[in-house]
Amino acid sequence: MSNEKILTSRGDIIRYYTYRIILAGLVIIAVVWIALPFIMTILYALADPAQYYDPHVIIPTSYTLKHVNQLLILGAYQATINSVIVALITIGFSFLIGLPAGYAFARYRFRGKDSLKLFIVALRMFPMMVIAVPLLVLYFKLGLADTLVGIGLAHTSMALPFVILITSSIIAGVRVDYEEAAMVFGLSRIGAFFRVTLPLALPGLTAAAIFTFIMSWNEVFIAAVLSFQNRTLPAFILNLIAGSTDFIKFAGAFIMVIPALIFVFIAGKYLVRMWGITLK
Amino acid sequence: MTRKSGESIPLSIKISNYVPYLLLLPTLAYMLFFIGYPLVEGVALAFFDEQGHFTWANVNYLLYDPGSLFWDALKYTILLAAVIIPIQVSVAFGLALLFNAKFPGKNLALYTVILPLTISDVAAGLIWYVMLGQYGFFNKLLMDLGVISHPIIFFGIKNMEFLAIVMTEVWRATAIVFVIIFAGLQMISHEYYEAAEVFGATTWQRFRYIIFPLLLPSLQAALIIRTLFAFQIFGVVWTLAGRDIPVLAGEAYYAQTTLLRPGVAALYALIIAALSVSVGAIYIKFFKAKYLEAGM
Repeated sequence: MSNEKILTSRGDIIRYYTYRIILAGLVIIAVVWIALPFIMTILYALADPAQYYDPHVIIPTSYTLKHVNQLLILGAYQATINSVIVALITIGFSFLIGLPAGYAFARYRFRGKDSLKLFIVALRMFPMMVIAVPLLVLYFKLGLADTLVGIGLAHTSMALPFVILITSSIIAGVRVDYEEAAMVFGLSRIGAFFRVTLPLALPGLTAAAIFTFIMSWNEVFIAAVLSFQNRTLPAFILNLIAGSTDFIKFAGAFIMVIPALIFVFIAGKYLVRMWGITLK
Repeated sequence: MTRKSGESIPLSIKISNYVPYLLLLPTLAYMLFFIGYPLVEGVALAFFDEQGHFTWANVNYLLYDPGSLFWDALKYTILLAAVIIPIQVSVAFGLALLFNAKFPGKNLALYTVILPLTISDVAAGLIWYVMLGQYGFFNKLLMDLGVISHPIIFFGIKNMEFLAIVMTEVWRATAIVFVIIFAGLQMISHEYYEAAEVFGATTWQRFRYIIFPLLLPSLQAALIIRTLFAFQIFGVVWTLAGRDIPVLAGEAYYAQTTLLRPGVAALYALIIAALSVSVGAIYIKFFKAKYLEAGM
């Protein structure tokens, strides 16, 4: 706002530049505060131990992949694959079940709509970790204990409220006129959805899928309770670190951080919007 | 579309009355099976033995067993929330105001600030374990600058571990609060600011009479979400302090995986749920539920 004003007096100019400098300083502090731990973790995880234990080497210069490799062989490689599978199962189930509900909220008026929506909104704040322990009892009966499908199903109940709210907001953003026009020209409601609304909503839905992926990828409590051998990456690391050396812990941090960086630089803009929708 | 009584309703309209319910049916069935049933089963685990008889065994363990850290866990869970949340809300509020200004490289700065949202709490704990270790970046930097002569030891000392958890949680979860407040801030129409400028409002008046009241719903939503998440604090504490700083979710995990007492774990889980539901209800009653529906 202030930079659109025409600066007239000397006082105005001084005030303007002071404002710009303070602003820049604060932004730099915020960015460094968040980014530095990421950068240092990556550097220290790959640092040569001799340099790490040298108190005068703040930024290491010689690097090794030894510890990361060691961790991957210990099981982190398989755990990463498991995490991806669980996240994909979660996306599959939560969209299969949640997309119709999102469509209903976006396109229909019906009795009880507001209360149902409020129920979903409240549910997204429910501490889903409480279902883990009883669910394991059920999973033993169903043969789902220690399976990736079992974890994926539990993650689905965690992701479902978010998926419903996001998809309903995305579908509501696609103009209903297009869908109606398609129906006038002879498509059924389902046909209109698949051939008109879905393609238009696809970018938003893709972002919602990434959002779901991150939720499942990061969940640790439920995954750790429901699995004993077939662990997801956070559950595997959580179990491993209790009795391991510092370098294995650093390598664990490294392996978990890299995908996060990739996610944000692929979908940063959309993710900010998603969090805006779901957390409002 | 007025319809005379007695006139037959076309089949398609008749069906469409049920359609939204049909579309919602899978969701409700899933929730019933995966949330409703486990809650009932959780009560059964916590209060009934294997023969189906009512038992106080798990409650007694929680309250009286010398190995149980229940009261400490409750204390630390609430204490951590009470220390962390005010810091997070103020820092996030400041960040949101900062990002409301225009500056070059804003998108890049924004993506950096939300980075902690994409990592798990276990990863966040490990990242700060790297930062704050005896040979971590923090200690090396301060020693080389001559601020300290001996490294500050964080791990193994209760109070320092508490401090490390607070630093990690503020770093990790401030972004969630920031995103909510920032979204709210961007919805405030520029016309309000322009009007304020026309009437010669000072920066403080603009903040006090425009930004703050219009942002209140977002602040409240952020406060609720953050408080409820705070009761589930687990990964950060477990990686940085283990059971030195007991918390409710950590004790549930310990009871389940190490003690092999699912009944005790289920009891802890129910306590977390009860705490969340009652605090959520208090907040909603206190703030009114208006904003929960607004815009969603």
